[in-house]
Amino acid sequence: MQSGSANNSTTEATFSVRANAGTALIELIGSWRAASVSALPSATHLIETIDAEKCTRWEFQPGADFAWDSACMTRLFLCARHCEQQNIEFDVSALPAGINKLLTVASAVKPQDKQDAARIGVLQRIRNGARSLKKYVVDFLGFVGAVILALIKLCSNRANMRARDFFYFVEQCGPQALGIVALIAVLVGMILAYLGSVQLRQFGAEVYVANLVTLGMVREMGALMTAVIMAGRTGAAYAAQLGTMQANEEIDAITTLGISPVEYLVLPRMLALVAVMPLLCIFADVLGLVGGALVATGMDVSFTQFISQARVSVGFDDIATGVFKSIVFAILIAIAGCQAGLQSGRSSAAVGQATTRAVVNAIVYLVIADAALNILYDKLQL
Amino acid sequence: MTNSSSDGGANAETNVIDVRDVTMRYGDRLIQSNLNFPIRRGDIFVIMGGSGCGKSTLLKHMIGLQQPAAGEILVEGKNFFTATPEQQLAMRRNWGITYQLGGLFSDLTLAENIAVPLQQYTQFSVAEIRDTAAYKLALVGLAGFDDFYPAEISGGMQKRAALARAIALDPELLFFDEPSAGLDPLSSQRLDELIVQIRESMGGTVVIVTHELASIFAIATNSVFLDADSKTQLDYGPPRELLHNSEHEVVRRFLARGEKP
Ligand SMILES: Nc1ncnc2c1ncn2[C@@H]1O[C@H](COP(=O)(O)OP(=O)(O)OP(=O)(O)O)[C@@H](O)[C@H]1O
Ligand SMILES: [Mg+2]
Repeated sequence: MQSGSANNSTTEATFSVRANAGTALIELIGSWRAASVSALPSATHLIETIDAEKCTRWEFQPGADFAWDSACMTRLFLCARHCEQQNIEFDVSALPAGINKLLTVASAVKPQDKQDAARIGVLQRIRNGARSLKKYVVDFLGFVGAVILALIKLCSNRANMRARDFFYFVEQCGPQALGIVALIAVLVGMILAYLGSVQLRQFGAEVYVANLVTLGMVREMGALMTAVIMAGRTGAAYAAQLGTMQANEEIDAITTLGISPVEYLVLPRMLALVAVMPLLCIFADVLGLVGGALVATGMDVSFTQFISQARVSVGFDDIATGVFKSIVFAILIAIAGCQAGLQSGRSSAAVGQATTRAVVNAIVYLVIADAALNILYDKLQL
Repeated sequence: MTNSSSDGGANAETNVIDVRDVTMRYGDRLIQSNLNFPIRRGDIFVIMGGSGCGKSTLLKHMIGLQQPAAGEILVEGKNFFTATPEQQLAMRRNWGITYQLGGLFSDLTLAENIAVPLQQYTQFSVAEIRDTAAYKLALVGLAGFDDFYPAEISGGMQKRAALARAIALDPELLFFDEPSAGLDPLSSQRLDELIVQIRESMGGTVVIVTHELASIFAIATNSVFLDADSKTQLDYGPPRELLHNSEHEVVRRFLARGEKP
């Protein structure tokens, strides 16, 4: 950059301090510029050296070959701030006019007081941890409550939800997920069949591999695997969308328009998932069987044998348990995604964190709900 | 159309930026065509025009973010798009830019935002960077806000913080897109003064996109007016002269705030 001085020589920057009746005369010599910043006396060094003279007035003067730019300004600014704090008179009127003007601008507004973060002890940490756990649970329950209220309003047809949004999200999370769900379901079916047939062969009961694959897919894996896929695909997308809307103040805009963000944004997303996930689950069940059949036919179980065995092993209630699971999972994924998004911070980093939180929370919810449902089914002998 | 020829001494020495027969498009959509004007060294140059006429777009063309559909823009005699990568880096080091929407990195504090260009282009020590950031923030009236995140300060403060980042390297060429939009009249005036101060004490040239008539008349030494209807520059010259002498009624009315001058 251009310096305030016409002098272009690069004499080394030095300074001298002379104390005289309470006034420190500081002479700045040479080129005080960023280009030679490593050779410049640091601000702290400058302040300490002058302070050692214990004067009540600092007067700066340009010395030989004095040249300056922001590097010099930074130092003078910090000196000025130091003087203000210590009630020292600060005088740069002998320095070039540009320096004076910039210093005036820089000191025009009083600095904001810095609040140092207080040191945190172990007990306080534990207390904070407990508090944030409580906040987590309260937030979750509060959000679930808001969703339930919105659903009730929807039933009485007073909710602010656009049908168009619902269909848009159905398309987003349904047809477009078919490919990945198909791939994973076939592979999981194959894995189940492979694991099962290796074990069952020891008892000569290989034909029962069909039972294992069918029940495994229909009761458990079909719903769980689609849910995991949808948590990563749709739950994360929901969090990112809502988080970005939060960062852009769009959520604020919706709220101040008198529209409930939960009704307007969360309901269509959640209902779309609830509509789509059972279908995806059945789709996954069927493809899992196909995958199982592929492996089984490679292991001396004929295709027709596999199909007839599969047919007798599974009843309507088995299918219903799986489908019911997938509905519960859909609700949980939507809640995890939308909650993370709506409670996201306002920066791009916060949106990233919200997305991560959406997926992690969704998977935790899924596993807990799956365990709970299995216990429930067991008690009900389903 | 008044263009560069009217300015007489259109030589490479005095012209920092030379816009030559530039046409700007987004895809097939024509934004502006036949732009022809120089920006002289030391000017505070204002790009004005109605909303949506392509002012921000022109700025993006000047800073090498978008390539003209036709014509060329010379900055210090060099066309950014034909320069070598090293030259491009050297050009960019001399530019300080603020964006219409702020462009502050939202996951960094204000001090860290200002540190980014310093770390990129200088060998400053950590303490030096911290001190420089404190000084630059004080210049824009944000002393003590070093550790705040952009989301924690107001919109106008974000504008000023972006300005502090733009001047971190003492660039010779400053580009501001609507720096005073969203500021109160006093802060806006302070910002104008700051811009003048920075230019006076550091040298350098400032290109500003703005609608603020007050700041246009207060600080601009030269200007160009882009028109959305004819999709070209209607006029070029110091705003005070344009107010009275422009041959285009739109320009005179724009500068007189819709009243007949
Ligand atoms: N990324 C983009 N893609 C396509 N068109 C765009 C893009 N950015 C801007 N435009 C169009 O180009 C035109 C000019 O936009 P620009 O942002 O340059 O306007 P402006 O003069 O800066 O307006 P304002 O004063 O409101 O900021 C507008 O009509 C806009 O629709
Ligand atoms: Mg713009």
